[in-house]
Amino acid sequence: MKGTKIKVAILGPGNIGTDLMIKILRRSKYLELALMCGVIAESKGLELARQSGIKTSSHGINDILADKEIKLVFDATVAASHLDHSPLLKEAGMVAIDLTPAAVGPYVVPVVNLDANLEALNLNLITCGGQATIPIVKAISRVVDVPYAEIVAVIASKSAGPGTRQSIDEFTQTTAKGLVSVGGAKKAKAIILLNPAVPPMMMNNTIYTAVSEFKESLIMESVNDMVRQVQEYVPGYHLKIPPNYDGEKVVTMVEIEGAGDYLPKYSGNLDIETSAALAVAERIAMNMLRN
Amino acid sequence: MIKILDVTLRDGMHQLSHKLPAEKMAAIAAEIDNIGVDSIEFGHGNGLAGSSFQYGFGASTDLEYMKAVSSVVKKTRLSAITLPGIGTRHELQMAQDHGVQIVRMCTQISECDIAEQHIKMAKKMGFETRAVLPCASALSVEDTVRYAKMSEDFGADVVYLLDGGGYLLPNLVYERIAAMKAALHVEIGFHGHNNMQLAIANSLAAVEAGAVHIDGCLKGLGAGAGNCATEIFAAVCDRMGIQTGVDLYKAMDVAEKIVKPIMIRPLEIDSSSLMLGYAGVYSSFLLFAKRAAERYGVDSRDVIREMGKRQCTEGQENLCIECAYDLAQRKHASGNAA
Repeated sequence: MKGTKIKVAILGPGNIGTDLMIKILRRSKYLELALMCGVIAESKGLELARQSGIKTSSHGINDILADKEIKLVFDATVAASHLDHSPLLKEAGMVAIDLTPAAVGPYVVPVVNLDANLEALNLNLITCGGQATIPIVKAISRVVDVPYAEIVAVIASKSAGPGTRQSIDEFTQTTAKGLVSVGGAKKAKAIILLNPAVPPMMMNNTIYTAVSEFKESLIMESVNDMVRQVQEYVPGYHLKIPPNYDGEKVVTMVEIEGAGDYLPKYSGNLDIETSAALAVAERIAMNMLRN
Repeated sequence: MIKILDVTLRDGMHQLSHKLPAEKMAAIAAEIDNIGVDSIEFGHGNGLAGSSFQYGFGASTDLEYMKAVSSVVKKTRLSAITLPGIGTRHELQMAQDHGVQIVRMCTQISECDIAEQHIKMAKKMGFETRAVLPCASALSVEDTVRYAKMSEDFGADVVYLLDGGGYLLPNLVYERIAAMKAALHVEIGFHGHNNMQLAIANSLAAVEAGAVHIDGCLKGLGAGAGNCATEIFAAVCDRMGIQTGVDLYKAMDVAEKIVKPIMIRPLEIDSSSLMLGYAGVYSSFLLFAKRAAERYGVDSRDVIREMGKRQCTEGQENLCIECAYDLAQRKHASGNAA
């Protein structure tokens, strides 16, 4: 089978890493998951990996660096750890897909700017809130000027693991930066809220944009196109409230129903982040195989 | 001794849709500085970095409020509040640069661990750091204590229970604060709202259960039907022989002559604010629920009730739009069917 798939590894067997593992096993065309790494041998994520027949390691990044066949590494740890990992991966010549808000490499939202970043050695996936809202801001900013964008991501408490909870400061700042650099807003702000409601709510994103002019049909068409394109890699992504103007701002809401791969369907936040990571990796792997 | 944190210039901003300019805020802060409260909280109603579409833009920026207020308040310690997920380390730094000594981290009680990063950060920066735990409706006593203890373990110097919906009843406040007091080493605080006319009674219940820190607003000027009125609470404490350090006449004068004139509407308990208390919905949502109800042609009480059902959290003002939209869609659908 040599030459038909690219060997990859996942660093960090938490909620995100485990969901990503399942996605690779179920849906990937070009990736072979060679290794799942953590730091605690008994962790639930590593146990699940072993059960799925995946090789595991509890020595952190070391066993990944030792395997020269691995070409691409997903980092699903936390921002502070990725800062340590990124130079090591770079030195080993491995492409890093960063799912933490560390923001070492360029910010990537597959539907917006993946093509421009295919050659990068480190690609940052911003945040789940960024993956969910930047496409909408981009859809609006490509038809009218957006002097200011603001997003509110509300996620179910049960779908936010310790990594998210301990990087809340980076989450807000990185998302806001992504709304500007990838979304095309001049200025931006991001808010994240955790909701403990039972049963858990679906991930909900409110996108407020100030616009130079409310060109209704252009904005509608652009947003609908964008939603369709996001649905190609995140099927549960849909408009909850279509763009509507209240005289001050355009309000749009999107809801994300997860694929239910690892955590239940309410965890759309997890799903959009791991689906984006998979979409990015598939494209890069396809390129590697072609060359 | 009960320490009153006067939050007129922060919680009161919800009533003014955050439109009080920095120089006016500073002029009022200078007056509050003379009444003898333990500390003064000020700025946007939703705290540091709260100025937004989601909560309403402030008349001035955080920095302008900081500069103006810190330059006139001489005797009383200054406090700032933020919600992790909204405010960041940059705003904390700004607060420190302007002499703010107390920061309060506000998180939905069951999500109090999202404040760990910011509590530790603020402690390292040298702030007196307090955790504020809003509960829209009442969690069990055991859960309340568990989360309060977590906040203490992160390093909070004071842990507050915040009844943002004015939903709690005096006996519910008493048993929660008493249990917190018994389990924690740090001081306990309470922040009440008046949607069920219980802000003073609940604050007293908290004091009787062992709370040392009480939030108040002059004239009660705060979100929803307002907060525990600083001057009334001080008067009640005085009658009961409890020290607050507040000069009663001065507090009354500032309430009557300085704060009352800036009020846009009288702080009465109308049917919408009563619904907040009844349904356990955050007071800061009141004007947003009314606005959304009007925009989508539905009853604001239905919007508030729906928000309560969906167990909204502090900061989730966007839910007002969603609930009103959904109610309008439902109304439309049933209209078509008929």
